Amino acid sequence: MSLKSKSISSKSSLNEDERLKKISPLRVLLNRPELGALGGSILVFIFFGIVAGDTGMFSAYGMLNFLDVSANLGIIAIAAAMLMIGGEFDLSIGSMIGFAGICIAIPAIYWGWPLWMSIVFAFAMAVLVGYFNGIMVVKTGLPSFIVTLAMLFILRGLTLAITRLITGRTQVPGLRVLIEDDPLAWLFATDTFKWLFNWLGSLKLIELRTDGTPLATGIPPSVIWFIALTLFATWILMKTRYGNWIFASGGDKVGATNVGVPVGRVKISLFIGTAVASTIFACIQVLDAGSADTMRGTLKELEAIAAAVVGGCLLTGGYGSAIGAAFGAIIFGTVSMGIFYTDVDTDWFKVFLGAMMLIAVVFNNYIRKKVTESK
Amino acid sequence: MSDYLVQFNNISKFFGKVIALKDVTMRLKKGEIMCLLGDNGAGKSTLIKTLAGVHKPDEGEIIFEDNKIVFDSPKDALDIGIGTVYQDLALVPLMSVTRNFFMGREPQKGIPFLKTFDVETANRIAADRMGQIGIDVRDPSQAVGTMSGGERQCLAISRAIYFGAKVLVLDEPTSALGVHQASMVLKYIVKAASEGLAVILITHNVHHAYPVGNSFTVLNRGKSMGTFQKKDISREKLLSMMAGGEELDKLEVELQEMDRIHNKN
Repeated sequence: MSLKSKSISSKSSLNEDERLKKISPLRVLLNRPELGALGGSILVFIFFGIVAGDTGMFSAYGMLNFLDVSANLGIIAIAAAMLMIGGEFDLSIGSMIGFAGICIAIPAIYWGWPLWMSIVFAFAMAVLVGYFNGIMVVKTGLPSFIVTLAMLFILRGLTLAITRLITGRTQVPGLRVLIEDDPLAWLFATDTFKWLFNWLGSLKLIELRTDGTPLATGIPPSVIWFIALTLFATWILMKTRYGNWIFASGGDKVGATNVGVPVGRVKISLFIGTAVASTIFACIQVLDAGSADTMRGTLKELEAIAAAVVGGCLLTGGYGSAIGAAFGAIIFGTVSMGIFYTDVDTDWFKVFLGAMMLIAVVFNNYIRKKVTESK
Repeated sequence: MSDYLVQFNNISKFFGKVIALKDVTMRLKKGEIMCLLGDNGAGKSTLIKTLAGVHKPDEGEIIFEDNKIVFDSPKDALDIGIGTVYQDLALVPLMSVTRNFFMGREPQKGIPFLKTFDVETANRIAADRMGQIGIDVRDPSQAVGTMSGGERQCLAISRAIYFGAKVLVLDEPTSALGVHQASMVLKYIVKAASEGLAVILITHNVHHAYPVGNSFTVLNRGKSMGTFQKKDISREKLLSMMAGGEELDKLEVELQEMDRIHNKN
């Protein structure tokens, strides 16, 4: 390579710069992972607005209803999305929900622990389970799919066996009386903004019961948790060093390790994240129902992964967003509740869920090609 | 104090019965580009990993700025200033230029426990650094996947320099590139050396190595066949050495023989 060829190449590199075209704002928007889920949510609302607009689905009570379902799914979907961005799966989410439920109920009912202590105990167990999942995946190099599938069976089996051993049944009722005056339980069991609903009720802007109190009494705790977790996860992913490590760990494990990202630690912490999110889900549901059921949370892991995928997470890791997963959960929650307000048989919900996921994966694949295509 | 910035003296590495490296010695001054040449299986990858702190040498010593050094991990090598750019570049195509540039070493701002990734500063530095090597990154938040192979290589090298590399170890930086892209990378390597870095350029392409190298170490079957200054050796001689010269010589003789027979007939 002579001097002459070098001067030629520098000239042509100048030309190449001129060939760069400006990136259009539309392209920037298309590159965002959550776009599909956002568009999907809008379509779903328009659809039900037309089909079920006059049925009470969009009354305060109806809206809180489908928001509550969306929010519950969203809590685990966000954690699942973060783990997926980090390049791993957790199939034990659903079983962890059931397990966390009895970790709260059995100590509180049978061992006489105060409720707050049982809740702390459940979270401690979640950290242990998440840590175990993480360390198994990181140390053995086995696919997380297999490790957490094993955990799915182990946890569900433990939940059933322990519950039947101690209580002789598969359900543990009687928690509701313990909620009052508990220093921790209110976090998972209090409706908020009651004053707002009372005020709206007094103005007759929302539906009232026959005794004059509003039908919708306040924002359920799931919705508050859902919003808080969405914001927190988004802040972590977009604005912190740890967030960059999550993307890097999922995008290229070897490369990330080579430049000093503690990939193992990042993945373990994300597994703890999904287990803790499952426990938050369990707390809200157990305290709302007043009882723990050994089958609670069955198949929730797949719904959480579906919501994350619809929300733009790539199955291969390294790409996705918490906001996307949140919208993915809203789509599923809205449709699963909305379908009751239409003439459509609810049996069709699963068909919709599957079709939605397929469309999302095809769309995401296309986006990924667009994002990484060379010029 | 010796003239050398870094010395790898009599490095040997064994994997069980396999002798991957035997008595390999390389010494580099500031501003020097040493090309490490060798065919496939010559032990280049093992040597790189030893330089980068991934493997510990079984024999020999590493002397950096007159201090004997033992690496326990790749991080140790990074910390004293040996920056290795692997063939896979350690870049994530789906992530932005900035996020790749600062991967693992993100600048932070804010109060303790609530520190945030200082994206603005990071964007500015990344765009600035890429600009210095003539790559105009209009939007540092664009995905690395949209960059050309040469630009990615330059990004990886630029990142290693920014984070304090004094010795750059480059693993086949031009092997996957076309002529134009390769020359862009080579130009950048020369520029980096002229600013005082020592560069170890690992390649099997003599045509890329010869124009930029000051000295050449040829590796064959785990052993060094010696280090040569540019003035002492020709491109052809290098080529024949690294390809296991005898074999090529033999081939040449055979071909000539065939030619002769052919002409006779």
